[in-house]
Amino acid sequence: MIEADGLAKRYGDRLVVDSVSFRVETGELLGLVGGSGCGKTTTLKMINRLIEPSAGRVLVDGEDALAVEPHLLRRRIGYVFQGIGLFPHLTVEENIAVPLTLAGWERAAIHARISELLALVELGPEVRGRRPAGLSGGQQQRVGVARALAASPRLLLLDEPFGALDPLTRDRLQQSFLALRRKLGLTAVFVTHDVAEALVLADRIGVMRDGRLVQVGAPRELMRDPADEHVARLLETPRRQARVVDSLLRGPA
Amino acid sequence: MKEQLALLPGLLTAHLQLTLAALAAGTALAVPAGILASRIPRLEAYVLGIAGVIQTVPALALLAVMVPLLAALGLPGIGWLPAFLGLGLYSLLPILRNTVTGLGAVDPAVIEAARGVGMTPWQRLRVVELPLALPVVIAGVRTATVWTVGMATLSTPVGAPSLGNYIFSGLQTRNLDAVLVGCAAAAALALGLDGLVRAVALGRERRRRGLVATGGLGLLALAAWALAAPLAGARGTAERPVKIGTKTFTEQYILGEILAGQVRRATGLPVEVVSSLGSTVAFDALARGEIDAYVDYTGTIWATLMKRAERPPGREQVLAEVRRWLDETHGIRVAASLGFENAYAFAMPSAEARVLGVHRLSDLAPHAARLEAGGDYEFWSRSEWTAVREAYGIEFAARRSMDPSLMYAAVRARQVDVIAAFTSDGRIAAYDLVTLEDDRGAIPPYDAVLLASRALAERRPEVVAALAGLEAKIDVERMRALNRAVDEDGRSPAAVAHAFLEERP
Repeated sequence: MIEADGLAKRYGDRLVVDSVSFRVETGELLGLVGGSGCGKTTTLKMINRLIEPSAGRVLVDGEDALAVEPHLLRRRIGYVFQGIGLFPHLTVEENIAVPLTLAGWERAAIHARISELLALVELGPEVRGRRPAGLSGGQQQRVGVARALAASPRLLLLDEPFGALDPLTRDRLQQSFLALRRKLGLTAVFVTHDVAEALVLADRIGVMRDGRLVQVGAPRELMRDPADEHVARLLETPRRQARVVDSLLRGPA
Repeated sequence: MKEQLALLPGLLTAHLQLTLAALAAGTALAVPAGILASRIPRLEAYVLGIAGVIQTVPALALLAVMVPLLAALGLPGIGWLPAFLGLGLYSLLPILRNTVTGLGAVDPAVIEAARGVGMTPWQRLRVVELPLALPVVIAGVRTATVWTVGMATLSTPVGAPSLGNYIFSGLQTRNLDAVLVGCAAAAALALGLDGLVRAVALGRERRRRGLVATGGLGLLALAAWALAAPLAGARGTAERPVKIGTKTFTEQYILGEILAGQVRRATGLPVEVVSSLGSTVAFDALARGEIDAYVDYTGTIWATLMKRAERPPGREQVLAEVRRWLDETHGIRVAASLGFENAYAFAMPSAEARVLGVHRLSDLAPHAARLEAGGDYEFWSRSEWTAVREAYGIEFAARRSMDPSLMYAAVRARQVDVIAAFTSDGRIAAYDLVTLEDDRGAIPPYDAVLLASRALAERRPEVVAALAGLEAKIDVERMRALNRAVDEDGRSPAAVAHAFLEERP
């Protein structure tokens, strides 16, 4: 369970996140959507204190995140980075092992766990010894997910996890991720600017604009009862695009 | 060549030892300083600034400055320590700069990832930042390695033997074999060390354990060899050898060998020649008992050490005053006056002198404004030149500083008209030059005197007695002939000294 209460971030005079509150129930997946600079990534990073909040608080499983040493807090929360964020000098195996080593696992246990994780993210054992540069973008992102899941965190944060991938790979990874979620019952918050992705993955969607959380709700609620014109238009985008594609395909004939 | 190669193991080991020690110390200091500077942005400018300033000091000057600095702190001012400190300081900048650059170039996204997975700042540095910066840091170490090997040749004048002994004495005595051996050995050493460091870096990058091990073991083996040599030496000869110093010109190299041979023959004690010391380094070393004996000149002591500016009295009186001053201020004994002077004297081609009708310095004064003069590096700032200028009113059209070994050829080729020559140089006769009489007595006499330290006189009076046997044994004609044998005939100072000692009863 993750609870944000009146979160705010100020840089000088600029308020980039303004009193954002939400609650993510155990086993639930919240998608934060909005345009560039709306404050969604900053909000995500304040949950595990990669960015320290200027005001407000975060409760992680009922515990105040500000009362925990930041590095200990982060070890409890899996994080999938935008643009992947693997360590370029380490092999796939070593990258996935990092959270396990930090948690003090034994060598043999780490080895076995990596096999498990590679299978989980559908990667063959042949990638173990490779460096990130020797993998495709999709494979790298799978390694990123495997690393985030390595120490079996109950909470997961994902920052534009599939943004840098080609459409087919993205689609495949989204399906894998949904399967993983069902299997592991993860509680997660993810950030995306792609409304269609949010609709496909999220149980509930939070729409952000100018540092504020405008509306939170299940996709169907938001569509049926949008808080304002902006939310309505945003949620309408995938369908509008689908109609355009549709009419192009039918053509004037 | 064979004679030169025989010296190689000793000098190469000394050079290697100095280089490795300086590099190890430089790296041990520069990497943490670089890490600190990259953590604290305010510090970065200062740290890099200081290292940059050190770098702009010419290497030779940096090493020379160490000598009085260490002496002021009561530490051994000549030999290994000043060379080690100077070189260590010099190796700082490339390593420091590359550490800062390497750490600064780590992708911020990767650093955020390291924070995101829950690393502490120290874990982040150790597991992510340093490994990623390492290739750049190692590139800095490689630059420093090549620099330090080259720079270590300059430790010879501060009294630390190195491959520079070949180069300094070789250039002075026109022994191209020696220069060649010295340069080739230094180049090979630089390439070898660089190759080993590169092997370690490459092996790490490509994860080839064998390569890392080869490079690492190679470096370790060299370090062990460099360390073992002085230890073995220390065990082998419990008795400290008698140390004879020399300055950096031909006459000094020959006299050093003559002194060494004389002591060996008369006492059978082990003798070591510490050659190519800077002019004041030699005196300081003697005063501190770091060397036992060397040859200096009364006029030099009179003018540069006693700082006597007045017109000097006669030869005998200067010698007497110098003798008294040395004894009273430093406890140094004048063991012998060798019997010749190596004075500054203005010299010009004899044909030229005849045309101008110049025999004495006072004859030269009216022509000086149309003449160009050459002198060694220090002459134009020495008090002797001031004295000449004041006594005769001489102002040359131009004054040039040049290496003493090139001065004679320059005046012979008419590239300069007059030079401030050394009266015992064999090339005065060989090149048909005449020296002009100092008819107003502005230049002090320069009797070659054999100085012995207080410690030597107390501990080994038999050595001082042996040295005293050289009293009045070398007249100026003899010294010129000896110098000429080296400078013009290409014989080695050791061979010339040996022949001299053989023919004396």
